Formats: sequence, structure tokens, C-alpha cells
Amino acid sequence: MRLQYPASVRVIQLPCSGRVDILHLLKAFEEGADGVYVAGCMEGDCHFLTGNFKARRKVNYVKKVLEQLGMEPERIEMYNMSSAEGPRFAQVAREFTQRIQELGPSPVKAAQAA
Amino acid sequence: MIVGDSKPLEEILEMIKGRDKVLVLGCRGCVTVCNVGGEKEVGILATALRIARKKAGQPPTVDGMTLERQCDPEYIEELAEVAGDYDAIISIACGVGPQFVAERYPEAAVFPGINTTFIGGALEHGVWAERCQSCGNCLVHNFGGLCPIARCSKSLMNGPCGGSAKGNCEISPEVPCVWHQIVEKMEKMGRLQELEKVWPNKNWLTSRDGGPRKRVREDLKQ
Repeated sequence: MRLQYPASVRVIQLPCSGRVDILHLLKAFEEGADGVYVAGCMEGDCHFLTGNFKARRKVNYVKKVLEQLGMEPERIEMYNMSSAEGPRFAQVAREFTQRIQELGPSPVKAAQAA
Repeated sequence: MIVGDSKPLEEILEMIKGRDKVLVLGCRGCVTVCNVGGEKEVGILATALRIARKKAGQPPTVDGMTLERQCDPEYIEELAEVAGDYDAIISIACGVGPQFVAERYPEAAVFPGINTTFIGGALEHGVWAERCQSCGNCLVHNFGGLCPIARCSKSLMNGPCGGSAKGNCEISPEVPCVWHQIVEKMEKMGRLQELEKVWPNKNWLTSRDGGPRKRVREDLKQ
């Protein structure tokens, strides 16, 4: 298929989106990530039944943490897509990258660079 | 277990303002079980505080440590070598933790990172409910195993009151009337007549009304 998506997206593989942890998400921001998104399977299609629902709840938790820290909650998002949807994966990567570019660099990184 | 809630990050950040080196101190007791003050939560809070510090261009020294318990002096002792290294220690144990740490290390600035809310149990994963008010004189066996002190909004010993409607308390339709439950349970058990007993005023001296409580067990004391 050889679909193009922005090179700024770093993919970290997990056995299931349910494996993602609040700490993983926060650590990425601590290390200066401008944005983080979790790509899970379609709702109702989880091989482990509820992994993607759990991932969404953790993403929502981190949104609240970011808000409390004075950062935009839009810097983290949960997307659902099937593993057979290559074009959608690339489209989401482009969409999210566009969103983060509009938000600008993470204030964590900006403060460190100053 | 003792159940607690995390304090808002804004409140914690305000507490530690101007304090460079911070230690987040967890407890492997009750607060680990109710997912508010264990090793995992130490990691989350410490990371969030480091993000806040980095964002503000401040020194990000926020370390984490989790003690077996914060309500026993021998575990508090484990802090002896490091307590002096920090400008702030945030205890995310129940209210006992920050007090025990502050008593043992009088020079340390200790802050509570959670609000201790009640003694209760888990109804399901992520849902806890109050079950005990530590009144110091347990009587639940008289009420079908349901505590009217902790679970009735008015702690009535002779209920239900006129505020009980459709099985719920007048304070909120979300709060079940424990007296409604007591009557139903006792009826089911064939013990309804036991509720005819009129309870005299409860002696609250065993509760907080008798002042701060202390227990001395001569058989255990060394």
C-alpha cells in the first residue's frame, strides 16, 4: 500500500491498546512530546473484549491531568480503527499532526529550550 | 479499608511552590488498594509534577518512594537517610501518613497529597462506598448486618425517618435508605419483630465525641 504519513509520528507497538498506561502517556509528555494519540481497534472488536474502552478511559484521565497542568487536553486523543484500515491510519496520523502543529510545540519543550 | 481521593494538582502545586526538591511518598496499605496512594499513583503524581515544573522552567526534581505502610514507625524509619534531602515531602497515604512523617522528621516540610474520605469497601472495581464510621461500639448484628450509623444520613438508631421515599434517602435519590434496607432484610430473615426494640440515645463517648482515641494493649506492648 505504501501509504505516506508524517515522519514526526513515532509508533510504539503494544499487544492491545488496553495495555497503555496513564504513566506511559504522561512520560511521553514529560519527555517533551507535543502530542500523543492511542490507536485502538474498533469499539466492540477488541480481542480482549474491553481493552480499547479501557484505553479511552485512560486517555480521558490524562486529558484531565493536562488541563490541571494548564496544557491543552487536545494534545492527547484516542482513535479507533481496524487493523485492515491502512488509509485511515495514515489519515488519522495526518489529522492529528495537523492538530498538534496548530497547537504549537509542547510548553514543556518550549520552557526547556529557553 | 481507608478510602481517599487525590487532591487537585493545582492545590498540590500551590503547596510546594518555591520548594525545589520534592519527594512523593506512597503507602502500600489501604491507599494502594483504593488506587489513590500506591506505587502507581506515586509515579503518576511525580510525573505530573515534573511536567508542571519543566513547563514552568523550574528544577524538576520530584522523586518517588513507597513505604510498606505509613502508619507504623518502623517503616517511617526507612526515610531517615533521605528525609533531609528534600524541601517538601508529599504523603499520599491517609491522614495518618503525613502526621507520622512530620512527627518523626520535625525538620521536614510534609504535605498531604490526598484527602482521606471514609472507611469503606469496593462495590466494584473503581467504586467505593462508606460502611463504617468507627463509632467504637459495633451493633450491626441488630440490624441485619447493615450499619445505621455509617449508612443512614442521620445515623438514626430507630428508623426509618419520614424522609425515606421509594427506598431512597431524602438527601438524594442516589442514596439508598439503609433503614428501608434494614426492614426488608430483617423481614426476609423473619426477624422483623426485633426491630420493635426502641434503642436509647447512643453513647457517643466511644466515638469522636470522647476526644481523640488511643488504645493500649498490655498483652502486646513491649
